[in-house]
Amino acid sequence: MSLLAIKDLSLSIGDTQILHDVDVDTEPGEIVAITGESGSGKSMTALTVMGLLPRGAKPGGSVVLDGVDILQTPEPDLCQMRGNTMGMVFQEPMTALNPVQTIGAQVAETISIHENTTKTAAHERAAQMLERVGLKVPPSRYPHELSGGQRQRVVIAMAIALRPKLLIADEPTTALDVTTQARILDLLRDLVREFDMGLLMITHDLAVVADIADKIVVMQDGRVVESGATDHLLKDMQHPYTKALFAASTHQVQLPVRKGSVQLLYAKNIIRDYPMPRQKLLGQRPTFRALDNVNFHIEHGERVGLVGESGCGKSTLTRAILGLEDVQGGEIRLDGDPVFTGNRPNQSVRRKMQVVFQDPYSSFNPRHRVERLITEPFHLLKNPPTGKARETVIFKALQDVGLSAADAGKYIHEFSGGQRQRIAIARALIVEPELIIFDEAVSALDVSVRAQVLDLIVDICGKRRLAYLFISHDLSVVRSVTDRVLVMKSGKIVEQGDTETVFSDPQHAYTKSLIAAAPQLPPLI
Amino acid sequence: MIRYAAGRLTSLVISLFVASIVIFAVIEVIPGDPAAFMLGVNARPDTIAALRAEMGLDQSLIERYFDWITGLLQGDFGQSWTYKTPVADLIGDRIWISLPLAIYALILSTLIAFPAGIYAASRRSGAGDITIMGATQLGVAIPNFWFAMILVLIFAINLRWFSAGGFPGWDNPLQAMKSLTLPAIALALPQAAILARVMRSSLLDMLGEDFIRTARAKGLSARQALWKHAVRNALIPVLTIIGLQFSFLLAGGIIIEQVFFLPGLGRLIFQSISARDLIVVESVVMLLVFTVIMVNFMVDLAYAAVDPRLRSKA
Repeated sequence: MSLLAIKDLSLSIGDTQILHDVDVDTEPGEIVAITGESGSGKSMTALTVMGLLPRGAKPGGSVVLDGVDILQTPEPDLCQMRGNTMGMVFQEPMTALNPVQTIGAQVAETISIHENTTKTAAHERAAQMLERVGLKVPPSRYPHELSGGQRQRVVIAMAIALRPKLLIADEPTTALDVTTQARILDLLRDLVREFDMGLLMITHDLAVVADIADKIVVMQDGRVVESGATDHLLKDMQHPYTKALFAASTHQVQLPVRKGSVQLLYAKNIIRDYPMPRQKLLGQRPTFRALDNVNFHIEHGERVGLVGESGCGKSTLTRAILGLEDVQGGEIRLDGDPVFTGNRPNQSVRRKMQVVFQDPYSSFNPRHRVERLITEPFHLLKNPPTGKARETVIFKALQDVGLSAADAGKYIHEFSGGQRQRIAIARALIVEPELIIFDEAVSALDVSVRAQVLDLIVDICGKRRLAYLFISHDLSVVRSVTDRVLVMKSGKIVEQGDTETVFSDPQHAYTKSLIAAAPQLPPLI
Repeated sequence: MIRYAAGRLTSLVISLFVASIVIFAVIEVIPGDPAAFMLGVNARPDTIAALRAEMGLDQSLIERYFDWITGLLQGDFGQSWTYKTPVADLIGDRIWISLPLAIYALILSTLIAFPAGIYAASRRSGAGDITIMGATQLGVAIPNFWFAMILVLIFAINLRWFSAGGFPGWDNPLQAMKSLTLPAIALALPQAAILARVMRSSLLDMLGEDFIRTARAKGLSARQALWKHAVRNALIPVLTIIGLQFSFLLAGGIIIEQVFFLPGLGRLIFQSISARDLIVVESVVMLLVFTVIMVNFMVDLAYAAVDPRLRSKA
């Protein structure tokens, strides 16, 4: 009999049916990955197994873990099982820990609530567990003193402290850098083998799935559309949705050929220092160098990528290029004009560059209609179009990004994530810039939507001979949509060059480690 | 932690300095010459001039500010013009009513608000939550002097458990506390209503946090997760409100002091303003500002005790 047997699981909240007849089995020592796009019901399946469904959720069918049907078990008994028989790791390590307790105390809590032990003994075992998950800081630290990867190790230590039979991990590496992701995946794999645990892993990242899972379950709209052993399923996909999902993940855009080489953006010896808190009461404030002698340029119509781990200075560089902040050294010029003059951004230059951010939800004012949202950059124009001409410009911008003129009167909450990102692109295009900065612009999107948006970006920029700087942590996307790539580490550009050359023959050790850490889908047949 | 405290202390000193200048300046621009006011409308100009000289009003502004501040620092608050007694004595008599009253009211309001807020949050949308939120709505809406009158009506006039007003002095501490009880309840109820609402909403915010879900995944019951993980995190906004409320309770008790015939600081200010006794007004206001700034300093230290993130940040 399986360790975990989910059979005919259905789930409804109010009148909405979330899950339909879901079947998933997990054996001890087996890694089962549930994958699918947002809204497919994969997280809800995980929460059902933990017995942590939101209020008002009505599950049906059976979820048998180690001989016990979770759905029939009363809450006090479920509390006994959580942390003991089953443990869970969540997506967001930055918020998954209590900020006012030490990490040691939080791990020890798992032990002390389930076992009758002394406080000292629980803390000792917690310290051992933290060491086992590869954490090299003392248990007396607080979460805010740790990096994302370290915090995720603490969350894992908490979940496995009592060696549960089943570990559930919901997008455990989505919020982490590629190199950290690789290490956390290795850790999970080792723990599964060592403890003979079942691991139910929820992830949207198919490359991660292919890398780690023994078995894959593909979900769409609350149903399992296909499942099977990883090797088998990757070689022989049956369901069209599975095929589409994998095709979208390895989507290659067709980069139009670029002609000419006229310099557009020029950045020389950029230095950006941030002041840090004083060490002594009246001492000098030390500074943190976020950008250290950064040199690069972008030509008209050129497509440049920027990769690097979080904290390497990517966002600081974006703000410097946009002229939102002054730099402490060097100069940045767009078409020969400085981007920052006096103490504010140079408005005449700003029209020539626009930016699209990662989060399509929070980068719009929810109380404005689309027509107003996308015409926001008009304040950069000397004579913005009015009346009929304004309408024409709005409709054209919406059409260019694949939306209709009727969308101009709607509010932002009426659109899906992908559509919102199209609106963000329309907003950037409306003043006909020369350069667009895409700051993790497709990172929050599902793979199929991401593929469409990438096609759109490449298509529009090709037609208008637009240059872009594409900032992303996703190396495969950068490889596909750029001509040239910059690799950044600790505020320095450690390598730059032709995208294909850098990816196929990286020179710098850091670039090599980044590329090695990125999980890759095996070539599909 | 030490650096954090030192930083807060620096800002405390600067606030006090700025406050003293503002208080001094405001009092100076209030229309009405105290000397002329005290001598009445028929006074001769040379008499007024003589009194002004005696009161030091003929000195320059900077000299007077400097005298005032050095006096304050040495505990010399000057001489009241109307009462003809040292201001320090006037304040000394009254602070022993106002300060205990404020602390008493604050303790009561916290004792009412914490359980009410936590209970309401743990039973969100349930009958208990709705009842408590309804009660706090009333508490916020009804002014405290109305509560005071109702309390007097019930407990002093009908039941005769407490006296309707006056203060017997601290010779008999039990009697003194008893006479402060009704005023303290009247002051505390509206404050408790506000505090309970803040506690509830702050707790509900915390209960939606990811770390509560993590705690539940460890095997804590919903109630254990609330007590062990949510309450301490929810305290930060609550502490802010408590700090603000203390300042209000200390100075804002004036109406309650009137209702219960308590000779407190509120009444002293009120009387001194009507009598243009500027030196008393200045000193009492400065004392209140000092107390408020001290309380805020303590709230800042309490933040740091609750939240390790503040401790490591300077």
